[in-house]
Amino acid sequence: MKKLFKIFFIFFKIGLFTFGGGYAMLPIIKRELVDNLNWITESDILDYYAIGQSTPGIIAVNTATMTGYNLKGIKGALAATSGFIMPSLIIITIIASYFARFQEIELFQHAFSAIQIAVVALIIDIVIKMWNKSDKSKISLLIFVLAFILLALFRVSPVFVILGSGISGIIIQRLRGEFKKSVKEYKNNNN
Amino acid sequence: MIYIILFLEFFKVGLFALGGGLAALPFLQELIVKYGWISSEELLNMIAVSESTPGAIGINTATFIGYNTAGIGGGIIATLGLAAPSIIIISLIAHYFKEFNNHPLVKSAFVGIRPAVAGLIASAAFQLSRGQIFHFEKLNADLEIFNVLDLKGFILFLLIFLAIRKFKKHPIIYIITAALIGIIFKF
Repeated sequence: MKKLFKIFFIFFKIGLFTFGGGYAMLPIIKRELVDNLNWITESDILDYYAIGQSTPGIIAVNTATMTGYNLKGIKGALAATSGFIMPSLIIITIIASYFARFQEIELFQHAFSAIQIAVVALIIDIVIKMWNKSDKSKISLLIFVLAFILLALFRVSPVFVILGSGISGIIIQRLRGEFKKSVKEYKNNNN
Repeated sequence: MIYIILFLEFFKVGLFALGGGLAALPFLQELIVKYGWISSEELLNMIAVSESTPGAIGINTATFIGYNTAGIGGGIIATLGLAAPSIIIISLIAHYFKEFNNHPLVKSAFVGIRPAVAGLIASAAFQLSRGQIFHFEKLNADLEIFNVLDLKGFILFLLIFLAIRKFKKHPIIYIITAALIGIIFKF
């Protein structure tokens, strides 16, 4: 029980000091769980984060769940995740309850009209970063454009775009002969 | 009833938002089109607030949309809905399948998913920029481009975008800069 509280408290702290989520949380996890407590190793963190990236959901939540599970099973996973999301729940609820009132102030409106434009620029920057993580082939460009058009013009649900692109990825890798290679690699690693 | 809808809709976001880096955005944008829980402007405001406050952007945005829709309970339910698939899937993987992300099927699927997620987020950004940078409702028969393009907005967009690419500072810096520009130039 004591360890569960500690897991909750540590991830509360991580949630409180992570701005933006994802990668930003890794240095704090390292300081708390590797340097201070010696509960896990640095390479564990990188493994958990890697799994968090390739599973559904918010990466920060995935990483918190994965770390908590490895510390103390399903209870540890719940403690870590609820600890991590708690600061968001408290802070955003407080902000949300005042936000509507602030929106009536003229100065605030001017500020946020410009901020909205900055956010669009920040999102485009993220799109470029994500594109750079792909293999940047012609077929990837085709998938990028198709996904854009399907959502923007035809209002196809992103659920189907994600499912379709995942299946396309498997077909593409098979046609390229890369799939067999990764099967071999996978088998070698697991023997 | 609204609690059940909130939980299920955010559960769906948590289940399909893959690839990180605002992967939840196209789903959230779909939600606000479908239910009108918040406006496009509010979603952009919320991303700005999320970038400048602690916590993951997806979680913060879920709490905000949930709160606006059904008060404190709504905020909690939406956030739990978003986190639930992670907890279930990760616990299963941690228990049975530690080599998950090296599995050939997972690796190959991501060859397709990565560019698709980038395309989806670009599309969501494009939709959200209507009203700030583009005014498609002003598109007339003469196709006068300056009616459609908000020049002041576009210049600010270009300046901030170039600054982001050049300086690579934390998003808060650009959000505060934009706020000051907005107040000075009366956006």
